[in-house]
Amino acid sequence: MEDAGFIIGGYVLTFATVALMAWRYVRSGRKLGERVPDEEKYWL
Amino acid sequence: MTTTDPRPTSEPTDARPARRGTGTRGTRVVGIAAIIAMVWLVAFGLGFSPEDRDQRESVRLLYVHVPTIWLAYLAFVVTAIGSGMYLFTKKKSLGWDRLAGASAEIGTVFVAVTLVVGALWGRLTWGVFWQWDARLTTTALLFVTYVGYLAVRRLGGTHEQRARRSSVIGLIAVLEIPLVHWSVRLWRSLHQEATVLDTDGDVDMDGLMLFSLFVGVIAFSLLYVWLVMHRTRAMAMEDLLDDHGLDEALAARRAEDDTLSATPEPAVDPKGAS
Amino acid sequence: MNAWRIARLVAGKDLRIEWHSRVLTNQVLPFAGVTMVIFAFALDSDAVLQRVAPGLVWLATMFSLLVLVQRTFAVETDDGALDALRVAGVDPRAIFLGKATGLFVQLIVLEIVLLFAAVVLYGQTVPIGGVVLLVTTAISATCGLAAVGTLYGGLAAGFRGRETLLPLLTLPAVAPVLIGATRAVEAALGTAGAVVSDGWSWVGLLCVFAVAFGVGGSLAFGPLIDE
Repeated sequence: MEDAGFIIGGYVLTFATVALMAWRYVRSGRKLGERVPDEEKYWL
Repeated sequence: MTTTDPRPTSEPTDARPARRGTGTRGTRVVGIAAIIAMVWLVAFGLGFSPEDRDQRESVRLLYVHVPTIWLAYLAFVVTAIGSGMYLFTKKKSLGWDRLAGASAEIGTVFVAVTLVVGALWGRLTWGVFWQWDARLTTTALLFVTYVGYLAVRRLGGTHEQRARRSSVIGLIAVLEIPLVHWSVRLWRSLHQEATVLDTDGDVDMDGLMLFSLFVGVIAFSLLYVWLVMHRTRAMAMEDLLDDHGLDEALAARRAEDDTLSATPEPAVDPKGAS
Repeated sequence: MNAWRIARLVAGKDLRIEWHSRVLTNQVLPFAGVTMVIFAFALDSDAVLQRVAPGLVWLATMFSLLVLVQRTFAVETDDGALDALRVAGVDPRAIFLGKATGLFVQLIVLEIVLLFAAVVLYGQTVPIGGVVLLVTTAISATCGLAAVGTLYGGLAAGFRGRETLLPLLTLPAVAPVLIGATRAVEAALGTAGAVVSDGWSWVGLLCVFAVAFGVGGSLAFGPLIDE
């Protein structure tokens, strides 16, 4: 059933993208956060 | 210094001694909700929901495909709102511009995902990866339009210049897209006979299928909120660093780090690469 | 100095510069002509060429638009003329209108030449019944193109590296014009069995587009060049 490959592939692609974006955003947030004083962070 | 945390705080901090990132209680809540919803989505999408009468199993791809384009539309609407708020409010707060930019980034990625997953779905249902029907064509142009928006954001200059340019382009895009959609629709309606496959006919969904779709939309909406919160905050920090330069931030950090052994150079890379 | 007068002055200036420098005639028209020729190399079939001629004409117009827009704004930025106009307090909408008008005129000249080229190279004929539609299409499409070109040209003008942005922004934005103008011209020429009456709804689309970008562009132009 070749269909399954495409379907699984679609889900994998979607969630891999989600995970990648999430990881990159959190990581860049942390790295930037180390360089910026906490007082300047309006969300804290 | 006996404490590594510069702020005398009475609230319980989590054990992390390092500087805070973009995460807060808010993002944690949204993030966990998003993860739970995603798990549900996979469970329903791949598991519980039935196969479609006509499309059979390939309908399962719709449960991710539709939410991703939904997320993109949501993101671009927010971009337009942010653009408008920046341009038309007296204060001209850059926060709006950053929101617009972060949102557009996220939206663009998800349009790309939509196009690829859509191609996979198309291959299964129609036998072809691509068709020049109204929806696909407009989506492709939507993607390119916002790639252009992101390119405009990277033109350089001051943050205000960036904000002004991008908000204009952001609003123009909202004007463009309906025009493009309308013209493409009109165009493709000329070719009714050519498409054997009814691309406009949405799947007639029963309760459980609709529910799975609903879960997907909720999950990706939560995801969007989580992503945009993080990215907007990160952009605020990027702008701050641009403005103040690295020195100030390093100086503040050094002030905390004087408990560490006295290495003369900034402790950015302990291996001392220079 | 009211806005209309300024617009006329700006347009007149642009056209006079063009007349003296002859960039349109010496560079852009030949470029468009060459494009028409190499289409024939790529498509390699008289029948196909005849069928797609309207599309090719508008494609050549789109590419030439990019070149013309670069040119019309290079003229401004080379000496900081645009900034000088702004600093002098000139209404940006008038500048927009003036530059768009100058662009419009140049585009119309281009399109007339391309039409002749299509008649000669691609075996096109213009039935009398289609002339009104043809002219109306050209005018409405060109208004839209001029508006979009002026708007994005203003954004992309100036610094190096911004000009490469122009095609990326402009081509998706003018997609409706490409679609509408091609279909309308096909109707005017009777290509592939299209009839003239088919074309008028496309002209409607082109007019909406021209108005939308004309108005939107003139409003947006100010903030964009205010740097």
